[in-house]
Amino acid sequence: MTLAFSVTPDVPAESATPVVELENLVVDYVTRTRTTRAVDGVSLSIGAGEIVGLAGESGCGKSTLGNAVMQILRPPAQVTSGRVLFAGENIVERRREELRKFRWRNVSMVFQSAMNSLNPVMRTGDQFVDMIRAHERVSKHEALSRAGDLLDLVGIDRRRLRAYPHELSGGMRQRVVIAMALALRPELVIMDEPTTALDVVVQREILQQIRELQRELGFAVLFITHDLSLLLELAHRVAIMYAGEIVEEATAAQLRDDPRHPYTVGLLGSFPPLRGPIERLSGIPGAPPDLGAPPSGCRFHPRCPYCTRDDQALYARQVGERPLLRVIDAGHRVACHRVTA
Amino acid sequence: MTAILEVRSLSKQFRTGGMLHPSRLHAVDDVTFALQPGRITALAGESGSGKSTVARLLLRLLTPTSGEVLFEGRDVARDRRRRDVLRYRKQVQMIFQDPFGSLNPAKTVRAHLERPLRIHGIAGRSDAKPRVDTLLETVGLVPAATVADKYPHELSGGQRQRVAIARALAASPKVVIADEPISMLDVSIRIGILNLMRDLKELEIAFLYVTHDLASARYVADDILVMYAGQIVEQGPVDEVLANPLHPYTRLLIASVPDGARTLEPIEIRKGTAAAAVDPPPGCRFVDRCPLAIDICRRETPVLVEAEPNRIARCHVTAPRQREDLHAQPAA
Repeated sequence: MTLAFSVTPDVPAESATPVVELENLVVDYVTRTRTTRAVDGVSLSIGAGEIVGLAGESGCGKSTLGNAVMQILRPPAQVTSGRVLFAGENIVERRREELRKFRWRNVSMVFQSAMNSLNPVMRTGDQFVDMIRAHERVSKHEALSRAGDLLDLVGIDRRRLRAYPHELSGGMRQRVVIAMALALRPELVIMDEPTTALDVVVQREILQQIRELQRELGFAVLFITHDLSLLLELAHRVAIMYAGEIVEEATAAQLRDDPRHPYTVGLLGSFPPLRGPIERLSGIPGAPPDLGAPPSGCRFHPRCPYCTRDDQALYARQVGERPLLRVIDAGHRVACHRVTA
Repeated sequence: MTAILEVRSLSKQFRTGGMLHPSRLHAVDDVTFALQPGRITALAGESGSGKSTVARLLLRLLTPTSGEVLFEGRDVARDRRRRDVLRYRKQVQMIFQDPFGSLNPAKTVRAHLERPLRIHGIAGRSDAKPRVDTLLETVGLVPAATVADKYPHELSGGQRQRVAIARALAASPKVVIADEPISMLDVSIRIGILNLMRDLKELEIAFLYVTHDLASARYVADDILVMYAGQIVEQGPVDEVLANPLHPYTRLLIASVPDGARTLEPIEIRKGTAAAAVDPPPGCRFVDRCPLAIDICRRETPVLVEAEPNRIARCHVTAPRQREDLHAQPAA
């Protein structure tokens, strides 16, 4: 099986009409003793048919952001302020019943562990039928035949509808989950680390398939992962998240050739290359901060190699003032006191 | 250069399938390699390929079905006397994948490091302190005096893994086996651990770095062993193997690794897994996925052949059998 697609992104980032727009989104985890701000003022738009990557380390708030777009946050997590606009309408205010219809029909989600997203005691086909019939008035027979078509789509023999999840390999299970996510032809599919638990060859296979399906069906993807090198290959546009904020956003090519935020540079320098000369890499000193007590000013300043007292005025801003996400080039936004257009 | 640890034709089979369909899972099949002091050897492969079973065999957590584990020339795989086992365990230490699960939450860092010192009779209660401080400094945890009195929950994942490494070094081992030591750490701190492993080579330790991540293997290791379905399919200097892989499976692995420097290039993928073989038929285990397969690949199991100097592969096509294969010269 050889899959082929063009190397250039098929959707220009700027011209696409947004499917989802996040406006100053703030998500808090509120407990009696403390409030942890997992997503802090994030604005991001995802165009129709666009693959947007969201990269960051564990605990940076990237999964919380994905859950907020899907509106599946559960207490103690809550959207404290900001809006999630879907086709121009704020879904944060929607009622539960409206959301139930919205989820899966308009936005669906693929989680990291396909093992846990499938019911182990139900045949795969029955899970498709349940899901389709929860949203549409169709006969069981028709739902099953659509499920078969969906399995064809992701390259699994439709006879596997009779299989239980444990009879499928990890990669097949993940493809089943992707097929389910596509069942109602949503405009947006959120993928939260969909290939992290898989072996590298299987991961490759699934990424190629996602890319092919996306071109064929035209849905948009929010792809959440810690693996920046993967996003640079797959995504049209990439947002880098650190300690609850987006610190840089650009096309994959811009990020690859001209990363501007010191965190992005550090992250790119944390992946040893598979080709070319081996230089000693430095990674990033320190560790990601606790979101319960984020650093003052620029949240990256305790780890930033450019945060020194050499320039007192700059230093004061780095430790005392939150940098804003500013446009420095077409489609390229950076939140850093040192970076100007 | 003499090997400190030598593995010869090591095999481990597990019984599976129950009473009705008894079968044998060949988790590790005829594995031969050697570890040298001051060198890092990467053991790469996908999940189920048998790499962790090899690590467990070396640590004597499992008993091999056949084959030898020679430590300083003596077969330790079947040592029974407690004194011999303890002596071997002092020399061969382990770093686990999960720095959250491998440390005792109720004990301080100091307690973790003093324990191996006492068990192996290196230091007693009174003279352990300076050794603990030195160990912590070796792994880059400073100021040592402060870190030593912390509990695991007060440390980040990267710091915990450094404690685990310090603990492995406490007994001054000659061999350290690290099983996926960075895969559970945040991306930005992985490099720090890899750099530490590179620096530790100066201690003349022989490292076995078990990983599924080829890029990190290339960064840290000198040599690489690639496993597929319980067998080593390719071995050699890591730079040469990754720049010019001989075995089709190594080629597939390399092509699959995401590499930010290019865009998603389509590669040909055929279904199959690297899971260890249950009652494998004769023939190459990779044959169903192999783009180069020819007739003989289905009939005859390929053996490891030195196709080029220092470059060994198990493939009828890219490393055809010549006058001398490794089985004819087990000591090679």
